[in-house]
Formats: sequence, C-alpha cells, structure tokens
Amino acid sequence: MDWKPVSLSSSPFDQSWYEASARARLAGLLDTDTFQEFVGPEQRRMSPHLPLFDLPRAFDDGMIVGRGRLDGQDVLVAAQEGRFMGGAFGEIHGAKLVGLLRAALAVKPAALLILFDTGGVRLQEANAGETAIAEIMRAITVARAAGIPVIGLIGGRAGCYGGGGLVAGTCARLIISEGGRLSVSGPEVIETNKGAEEFDSRDRALVWRTMGGKHRRLIGAADAFVDDTIGAFRRAALAAIPAAPAFDLATLEAEQARLEARLDRFGDARDATEIWGRLGVNDPAAVPGLTTEGFDALLARLPEGPHHAR
Amino acid sequence: MPDKMPLDALLASLFPAGHAVTVADGLISGDGPLGGGRLAVIGIDGEAALGIEGACFLAGRVLDVVRAGGGTPILVLIDSDSQRMSRRDELLGLNEYLAHLAKALLLADAQGHPTLGLLYGHSAAGAFIATALATRVLAALPGAHPSVMDLPSVARVTKLPLKTLQDMARSTSVFAPGLDNMVQTGAVQAVLDPDKPLGLQVAALIADSPAADTRDALGHERGGRPLAHDIAAQVVREAQDRVLREAPGA
Repeated sequence: MDWKPVSLSSSPFDQSWYEASARARLAGLLDTDTFQEFVGPEQRRMSPHLPLFDLPRAFDDGMIVGRGRLDGQDVLVAAQEGRFMGGAFGEIHGAKLVGLLRAALAVKPAALLILFDTGGVRLQEANAGETAIAEIMRAITVARAAGIPVIGLIGGRAGCYGGGGLVAGTCARLIISEGGRLSVSGPEVIETNKGAEEFDSRDRALVWRTMGGKHRRLIGAADAFVDDTIGAFRRAALAAIPAAPAFDLATLEAEQARLEARLDRFGDARDATEIWGRLGVNDPAAVPGLTTEGFDALLARLPEGPHHAR
Repeated sequence: MPDKMPLDALLASLFPAGHAVTVADGLISGDGPLGGGRLAVIGIDGEAALGIEGACFLAGRVLDVVRAGGGTPILVLIDSDSQRMSRRDELLGLNEYLAHLAKALLLADAQGHPTLGLLYGHSAAGAFIATALATRVLAALPGAHPSVMDLPSVARVTKLPLKTLQDMARSTSVFAPGLDNMVQTGAVQAVLDPDKPLGLQVAALIADSPAADTRDALGHERGGRPLAHDIAAQVVREAQDRVLREAPGA
C-alpha cells in the first residue's frame, strides 16, 4: 500500500494519523488547546503488575482520557498509545476507559470518541485486561442507551485486535483508514495456532485485504473510510455524531439481519476479492491500489446502500 | 481440580421437572421451568470454538427472548474453546459477530431479562468476552477453568521460562489461568455448589443481582484488581469537577 510521505505542512490536520502519537492525534483532532486530561501522567498511576515481569511502565499506562471540544461541541475522548505495550488493555489502561464511559452518563457529552490502537489484552495482566474489556463493552451499551454516541476511530500502528475488536464492534459508528486493521485473532495468532497454510502472516497484501480498512468498509464493518490524516479523521468524526444509531431492539434486529445476510451471501468466499466481486466491484484486484477519492467513487457506484446497523 | 460437571447432569439439577434445552454443533439453546415462569438457556458445550455462525445463531435466540418480552431471564452456559481462529472467520468479520452476541445479551439485561452466566468448563479470550462475561452476573461451578491464554503461550509471548511463570502464578492472580484467579478479579462473582439443586441457586442469584456493574469493586475487595475501581472512580470525579467548574454561575 502507498504511504503518504511525511507531510511538509505545519497544519496538524495534514499529519499522518498512523505516524502520530496518541497525544498528537488528540491534539489535532480536537479544537486547538481544548483538551483536558483526567488522571494525567503527572499523577503517575502506573501498572502495579509490569514490574513483576521487569518491564518498563508508562505514566499514563498507554491510555489517555479526557475532554475537549470538537467544532465547539463538548466531547469525551480516549486514546490508546500503540507504541506502549502495543496499546494493550491492562488494569489501569482499561479502568480509565471504564471511568470515562461512566462519566459520560453524568456529564452528557455530544459524543464519546475512542481512538483505538491495540493488539488486545495485555498478557502480563490478562485477567484484569479481559475483565476490563467486558466492563467497557457493558459501559458502552449503557452510554449508548442513554443517547450518547460512542464513535470508534481506527488507524493506528497496532490496528484494533483481540478484545479491542470486540469493543470496536460495540461502538455506534466506526471510522477506519487504510492503515487501520480490525479483527479478533491477528495474523500471527492464527498462524501460530493453525499454521502458515491457514494464514501466512508475512503476506502483507493478504493481511490488508482480509482485515484492512477498505475491506471492512466494503462489507459494512466500518461506516467511513478516510485518508490517513488527522484532518480526515476529524471531519469523519463530526459527520458520524448525528448519524449514530440508538442502542435498542430495532438496531440489533437490523444488525442480526445484516450479519445473517452476510453469511448467506459470502459464507463460501475464499478471499476478500471474491466478496468484492459479488458486491458489484468490477475490478476487485484494483481495490487495494485505489486512492480514497477513487474508493469513494467506487462505493457510490455499488448497487447497494450502506448496511450500518450496529 | 474437581471434574467438570457434564451438561446433562447440570441441566437435570437445574430443571428437575424436565426441560426443552437441546445441543447442536456445540451450541446450546432452549428453555425450562424456573419458579412460576421460564428460564431461557443459550450456551456452548464440549469446548467448542465460537465462530461467526455460532455467534449469529446464539444472538438470534437472545433477540427472540427480548422480542417476546415478559422479563424471561436468560442463562448462558459455557464450556467453550476460545474464538474460532481462522482466516475465513476474520474475513467475514468475526469481531462484529462476537460483539453482536455480547450486545444482544447486554440489551436483554437492560430491557428486563436478567442475564446470568454459568461457567461449567473451559472458556477463553473472545468466546469468553462475547458470552459469559457479557452477563449481569457470572457464576461458575467447581471444575471450571477459564483462561485468557494458557501459560505455555504466555511464556512464548513474554519470552519468560515456563517455570518462572508457574512460580509467579502462585503469588499473583492477575495473569494466570484458572477459576480462582477470575474470582479474584471480580469477573466471576460466585461459585455454586454442585451438590445442591442448581435451579434454586440460579433463582437466588438472579433475585440478588445488582443492576450496576460491580465487578471492579469486587476485584478491589478480593485483591485481584487492586486499582481498577479507584481509577475508574477518579476519572468520573475529575470529569464531573471540570464540567462543574465551567457551568454557568459556578
């Protein structure tokens, strides 16, 4: 895939989301200088468990939570730092997001945004991380039922894997870029457990077309496909807020129908290109090379409307 | 470790007057009498891996219960493998199917169908999160053995010798597999007595279950997650303080 060269522009909107740190993503995503952090790094609430493994700790445990404004609207935000422990969910990392979701019920933001960048559960704190993911999913549904749009943004180095993939699937709207990968078992996990014949994790083209942003957008697993810039994620987040579906029986019945239809139509497909062909894409082999403009034009030409119940 | 209770013995103890619960391809569904009403049952048996078809089927049964209304509680019986690990499952969006099942259970609970998980065997990773961990109350039977990842796999990832991990597992509950450790974190709220009628124990748990998520408070009390509850509460406090400070007239 094509990566943008390092931007020569000084505008934060033009910076690569993939290359940026979690803090830089937040600073650029939100209105200038509006971010306020909760339980910030100055409090040094670090993992009590990593020292057992002689591993370095981070003052923010790889999770940054707080509030800010998005085009003037009050929002709550959480961002995972994929460069610390692969953005994995540990006890404190997870508890910060649980707290933010619970706070949403009291402070009633216009939206709560989760900037995913995670390999899943932190194995050194596996039981705490796994339980935190269950708490986060429950808290997301409680926030959504209270009318708060919970929006996921996926475009970081670590992708969105493991329990992170399940948390993403609980959000009301998902925005993804080419670099974003969304899945449960990662390529290396499948290869380790089932062999390279099942999944060759070194075949990067296979990884992108099975788990990458374009495929996820085409099958309806994500709502918007965006360029790898902070500005593109910001515009898509703004557009997603008013479009977030309610969390109710009607939404989940529509999602049930959407997921059953996918099994019926594509259950025997061997590769993503087969699915794209059945969706009406004339030249599936050309999809990975399409620019965002080209991809948007392709989406507009496809015979079906979006399937967005989630 | 005690033996795991077979599903037919479990169902007989749960429903002494008989039931309409069946198992096909490792997927459990049906219902039986409980108190004056019915108890809906879904689940996974025989350490089956949970893939896209299974998650979709189970979610459909949960939504059937919600659509019918009436407040029927839902019991989720789990003896599973992890999520099914395959290229095909991921190609078709396993994360959506597993999340959908969890959301169906969470919606059911929020709409007056109390959900209770009962772990009677194994479970791991995504299959655990999508089923038993998506219930209001999770109980287990002795002999259950949940894990996020087994120790040999943890050894591979962390590059620590297995012997070192086994020694560490004796003094900390936070990473090692096993029922006791998931009780310590607060994920498993109660361990049931297999020698007493399960129907009564299940009915009592449903009657006593808290509406709010108390797992982090339990993890604090039991020592398995010393900080999660405090951190979450502190985030809530700081968020409210900042908003109050900016409120008009403050």
